[in-house]
Amino acid sequence: MTTTTLDGGASAPARGNLKSRLRRAERMRKLKAIGLVAPLALFLVVVFVVPIGNMLLNSVDNGSLRHVMPQTASALTQWDGTGLPGEAAFATFAEELRDSRRGGGLGSVGRRLNYEDPQYRGLLMRTLMGLPASSDDWRETLIGIDAAWGETATWRGIQAAASPRTDRYLLASLDLERGADGEVQRVDEDNRLYQAVFQRTLVIAGGVTLICLLLGFPLAYLLATLPAKTSNLLMILVLLPFWTSLLVRTAAWIILLQSNGLANQTLQTLGLIESPLQLVFNRTGVFFAMVHILLPFMVLPLYSVMKGISPSYQRAAVSLGAHPFAAFWQVYAPQTLSGVAAGTILVFIMALGYYITPALVGGPADQMVSYYVAYYTNTTNNWGMAAALGSILLAVTLLLYLVYHRLVNRKQMIGS
Amino acid sequence: MPNKTNETSSDHSTPLIHFDAVQKTYDGENLVVKNLNLAIRPGEFVTLLGPSGSGKTTCLMMLAGFEVPTSGDIYLRDQRLNSVPPHKRNFGMVFQNYALFPHMTVEENIRYPLKTRRLPAVEADRKVSEILDMIQLRDFAKRRPGQLSGGQQQRVALARSLVFEPQLVLMDEPLGALDKQLREQMQLEIKHLHEQLGLTVVFVTHDQSEALTMSDRVAVFNDGVIQQIDTPGNLYEYPANAFVAQFIGENNTLAGRIESVEGRQCRARFGEGLSTGALLGPTLAAGDATRLSIRPERVKLNGAARALPNRLPARVREFIYLGDHLRVRCELAGNDDFVARVPVDEFASHMQPGETVELGWRDEDVRALDAP
Repeated sequence: MTTTTLDGGASAPARGNLKSRLRRAERMRKLKAIGLVAPLALFLVVVFVVPIGNMLLNSVDNGSLRHVMPQTASALTQWDGTGLPGEAAFATFAEELRDSRRGGGLGSVGRRLNYEDPQYRGLLMRTLMGLPASSDDWRETLIGIDAAWGETATWRGIQAAASPRTDRYLLASLDLERGADGEVQRVDEDNRLYQAVFQRTLVIAGGVTLICLLLGFPLAYLLATLPAKTSNLLMILVLLPFWTSLLVRTAAWIILLQSNGLANQTLQTLGLIESPLQLVFNRTGVFFAMVHILLPFMVLPLYSVMKGISPSYQRAAVSLGAHPFAAFWQVYAPQTLSGVAAGTILVFIMALGYYITPALVGGPADQMVSYYVAYYTNTTNNWGMAAALGSILLAVTLLLYLVYHRLVNRKQMIGS
Repeated sequence: MPNKTNETSSDHSTPLIHFDAVQKTYDGENLVVKNLNLAIRPGEFVTLLGPSGSGKTTCLMMLAGFEVPTSGDIYLRDQRLNSVPPHKRNFGMVFQNYALFPHMTVEENIRYPLKTRRLPAVEADRKVSEILDMIQLRDFAKRRPGQLSGGQQQRVALARSLVFEPQLVLMDEPLGALDKQLREQMQLEIKHLHEQLGLTVVFVTHDQSEALTMSDRVAVFNDGVIQQIDTPGNLYEYPANAFVAQFIGENNTLAGRIESVEGRQCRARFGEGLSTGALLGPTLAAGDATRLSIRPERVKLNGAARALPNRLPARVREFIYLGDHLRVRCELAGNDDFVARVPVDEFASHMQPGETVELGWRDEDVRALDAP
């Protein structure tokens, strides 16, 4: 079967055999490839894809009311939102409210309802206290316990918490809310916060990226053009910060930059300033520390691209009559564009998610989105808000990346 | 051919480029270029030929302005070039790896020198268009260099260095990256361009056949010194020393001593009691040690050697068949790498390795050169 004959009659089955043999031979190779990638793929699914998906879901999840009070939830979703719900809904609610104490779901329902109006938790507690064992007219009984049950707005609030999905967290993350008529509107000026936070996050990340580029480009150029021996030594100095923990480096900046720190003392000794400058616990400190930490991520991609650019390009440009400065900008710089793109996108995206550094060396007005994500997860246990802020940051990052990718690709298009 | 133009280095027209006692050192200890004097006439194709590290590329870089002579001067006609920066020299240059700008199209590459010279757009358009026709790459004008073959890139690099009509074109091993067939084709293209446009070209290569094919004159470099500068024919036929004889073309050498001198002729002894007539090289006198140089194609075998004045017995080591000719490697006077180049039809097929044959040559086929 395996010997292929040369006559025409035998060639057709032989071809079939050849294909199946090829498949068999390829199968082993494919399995090997899958085997090599599988652990990493699994790791990524467990620690990256699932948590991110979970976060995206959390940002629109409406909380536990429809689990704790399923029948009330379904009764209220059918209610048209005018006047009061029917007697049946009142009865179901009273029953499920009583049951919720035993099931222990009351706390989470109260917390969720409090996002609608801070009165709810108290209202629920009071109602539970006064709830009789049975009643003929639950509507009257509940209104008797608290007049709030006779108001449409109270039931609207519970209705809003009853649907499985909500956009309230995402809207709140953008300083938006739904008004009484259900239309999206901006929140009161006093309560606006997150638009400013997102703006600040983008400004700090953009500023850090720009400073890194301005500092990193000449450094990378020097490293790429120096003889290997010197450039290797300098490269070690560039990489040195990587060997220290981020926390230690940030703390070191506090010590250096504080009012009686080394920087201020030196400036005062030199007579450049009379009183200490406020260099830390403000935006200046954030820029100092973040640029220092992120600079290598700019230098390394720039260096690797510059290393590959032959010096003969600039020589050629000069021999063709270009001033050395023009030769640099017209011929060398455009070829570094892919490195600039890689470095800026890397630094920018890393800077967007910075948390510890601004938290330690920044003031209250320098906190970035990550700070509020941490605040909602650690302090107030409001996963919805934390997830919504994270999701919007993710969306903004992806959007910026797409725009950037477009721009760079159009400019670059360097032939292979 | 040898007697057609026995050019001397004295110039009739004023030189375009003149190197005057130029020295160059990078480390302050070793001279890469030692006392270089070289005059290049307008319209001339001069090749700097030599092994790597011989100083030829350094010379080109000094001419281009990318290296500064440690001492001595370079003149362009009457103007001292030493202090003129490279971008003001108005020399076209073709680099070893073409150095085409990868982010620009073919057309933009060619237009670049016109842009730096702020030429009016209409004139620049016309020049670019003309030269695109000349190199026959009009259809590729909008492509990027990365999308072209090696030969096409070479032509674009050439066009870019010629489009601004430079007074001198420098070429730094421009054909090194091409395969043999393409290289030979490009050699002829460059040679024809030189003839058509009346260019002055300084060409650097380590490939002697390239130098012989293209040049009006070849300067053979070794160890920072020009060993000989002459026409290709004279370099081959009348090498000035053993290095040139060895470097240009194939060569057999025999160590010997000069016995007697008679005008340009001499008689030299070598091996054990063997002797031959030879043409006397420069700076040699009777009694000097010499290195005798004989080209393989001038060595005749057996029958063909019968009528020749110098006939010597040699032992055949091996035969190498090369289609149009046969190389017969022999042992003669202790040199077992003595090669005779024999046309296939003159070869007697019954010959075997180990047999003794008679080698023969004329007196004027042998050069008695200085032993280094």
